[in-house]
Amino acid sequence: MRWDAVGRIFLHVKRANSIARRYFVTNGFDGALTMLGLMVGFSLSDNIAIPVAITACLGAAIALCMSGLSSAYLSETAERKRELNKLEAALLADLSESDHARATTVVPVMVALVNGLSPLIISLIIITPLWLAKLGIQLSFSPFLLAIFIALFLIFLLGVMLGRLSQEFWLWTGLRTLAIGGVTVGIIYLFSR
Amino acid sequence: MTQIKKLVLDVLKPHQPNALEFATALADLGDGLAINVAVEEVDEKTESIIVLIEGENIDYDLIAERIKELGASVHSIDEVEVVGAKNKMGE
Repeated sequence: MRWDAVGRIFLHVKRANSIARRYFVTNGFDGALTMLGLMVGFSLSDNIAIPVAITACLGAAIALCMSGLSSAYLSETAERKRELNKLEAALLADLSESDHARATTVVPVMVALVNGLSPLIISLIIITPLWLAKLGIQLSFSPFLLAIFIALFLIFLLGVMLGRLSQEFWLWTGLRTLAIGGVTVGIIYLFSR
Repeated sequence: MTQIKKLVLDVLKPHQPNALEFATALADLGDGLAINVAVEEVDEKTESIIVLIEGENIDYDLIAERIKELGASVHSIDEVEVVGAKNKMGE
């Protein structure tokens, strides 16, 4: 593929930015809430070994990543192909050699990567205190408690990001998502008692 | 050898790329190629445009190929200006 063609396909990718952004927040939120739930569960249970907790969290993070990758790729490919077919019908032309057809392959991959990697990266950040504890580094709080704080902070940041996108007051949108995290913690606490 | 100096094409294209991106992608094909795009009609998924191309030696095949890559199709060639080389006339 020539460089100018790459540039033109990049325009299609750029137009898909809003979809990727939406997927980043949606699945990133999924990742953060899943890890928050796991950490609250671990902290409410007695004698959970750190390596066991890490393995469980990694398992969940990888599953979220795979789910994000495959679901976004499949749905986005189907949606793009449908759009391409509709465009071909409107133009009465075969678009298989066009930038639109190439973008139909490239854009779903990009969107799937965003959708899959966002929960994985967010989960790995949340698990950090557990890894530090496993490495023998002394922490001032319980690693589970620190992980809960990191998860809540990331949930707040995702809210701030939404606020910046919608041009609402960032603190309000941040606190709104943080409240969702708080309610989640509350429900888990109620069911674990 | 004959040289194409001017072409007016009736083209049907999707909304994306827009007229500016479309004209830029065509202008990239040659030095000093002047492109003028006028949108004639806009439908739900497509738009009809008139593309005026002016240059010293326009390669129509290259233009048609790029238009196809941009997801558009040439409906008709509405106007041309072709210049024959002097030596060719003498042959």
